[in-house]
Amino acid sequence: MSEVPAELRYTKSHEWVREEDDGTITVGITDHAQGLLGDLVFVELPEVGADMAVDDACCVIESVKAASDVYMPISGEIVEVNELLNDEPEIINSSPFDDGWIFKVQPSAEQELDNLMDADAYQSEIED
Amino acid sequence: MSHKTVLYAKHVEYNGKIVDFAGWMMPVNYGSQVDEHHQVRNDAGMFDVSHMTIIDIVGERVTEFLQYLLANDVARLTTPGKALYSCMLNQNGGVIDDLIVYYMRDDWFRMVVNAATRDKDLAWLQQQAESFALELIERAETAMIAVQGPQARKKAMQALPVDVVEAAAELERFFGCDCGEWFVGRTGYTGEDGFEIMVPESEAAALWDRLSDAGVKPCGLGARDTLRLEAGMNLYGSDMTEDTTPLVSGLGWTVAWEPVSRDFIGRRALEAQREAGVPQKLVGLILDDRGVLRGHQKVVVENVGEGEITSGTFSPSLKKSIALARVPKATGDSCQVEIRGKLLDARVVRPVFVRDGKPVV
Repeated sequence: MSEVPAELRYTKSHEWVREEDDGTITVGITDHAQGLLGDLVFVELPEVGADMAVDDACCVIESVKAASDVYMPISGEIVEVNELLNDEPEIINSSPFDDGWIFKVQPSAEQELDNLMDADAYQSEIED
Repeated sequence: MSHKTVLYAKHVEYNGKIVDFAGWMMPVNYGSQVDEHHQVRNDAGMFDVSHMTIIDIVGERVTEFLQYLLANDVARLTTPGKALYSCMLNQNGGVIDDLIVYYMRDDWFRMVVNAATRDKDLAWLQQQAESFALELIERAETAMIAVQGPQARKKAMQALPVDVVEAAAELERFFGCDCGEWFVGRTGYTGEDGFEIMVPESEAAALWDRLSDAGVKPCGLGARDTLRLEAGMNLYGSDMTEDTTPLVSGLGWTVAWEPVSRDFIGRRALEAQREAGVPQKLVGLILDDRGVLRGHQKVVVENVGEGEITSGTFSPSLKKSIALARVPKATGDSCQVEIRGKLLDARVVRPVFVRDGKPVV
């Protein structure tokens, strides 16, 4: 069974979103997603300072098997990326919700958060 | 439409992640594809390859038939049990399949062909065999387990029946031994030493458990692909197809041109291609930059032309991406690969990356 932390919000494309106290949003991919991808070997991080719209493909993660895009769960500016992933992309496999976070966004349209799923909705999404 | 091998229940029991492979429900990994890869390079792993097709060809004229059917020459097999790797070509020299054929007796050869090509292979064999009065017997009741790695043979010995152990212990590389209903070949698709064991279906699950008890870990199709690619072994359907000849697929060494009197299917087309000048070659690529080479990415060779990656992956042994690519003949020792619109530099090497656990590039 994949882990689905209750305090996060989720997208259909398997990103998770955490609202931080400083108003930024941390984004990663879910335990379910890393399980589907298998051993990760490469992450092409977005550029800090880039302005992106919701649903834009902003980052590529590659497993031994395949490459897949990470999509913006919300519009905004990329303010920080997890540089650790350059050398150790497998952190996403071992710790998808903590050490394996991918980037932080300063949201430009916070109401978009309301379109995301809560843990229960995501749980039933991945059970289908 | 999905077939299951007799070991399907074992894959589920051992937590295999099941995917559809050429109509077969097969394990792609049992947790981590990379761990399974290292297990084979450093110790011993096992693969269910029961989906592959085993065909016995029996009859007085079987040697003559196979000399006509195959681009490699079975006359090279003079000792019973010896195996030969060959392409089976169409009249245009395109590859219908690649296969292993064992010389069992003067009137009996055993052939192992790919799962994905089973139907067309059998149809082609039957069509070509028509005038040779042969019996083609598909051994569908036989399962097959490949045990691979530096410790594979030693550990497999602990799991095999006593009479099979005696015969298997003596095997040299690329030989097989017939042990009644069992057959053991010292062959594989990983670049490591090991066995491919044909076992009656009724005994396959018990053998799987005994191998596991002996410390041989289950490995899925994912690791099988990274292992074979590191070893520079072609995958049918990716690195060669009916539209490519062995000469542009790195398989020229498997074509037996001598004796010139041997008229095998596809020979004239290959000779014509050789005389006109073979336009391409299959090479190995190494990406020293970060990124992953994948099948169908475009290869650009400055002042020479373009090619294409036929298989690419991340090499767990080298910790960088490697590929096989079909490129213009005049390609030197470097090229560029287009990945998501960017051109990245890659090194061109002989297409063998790892052998017997050691990097060779």
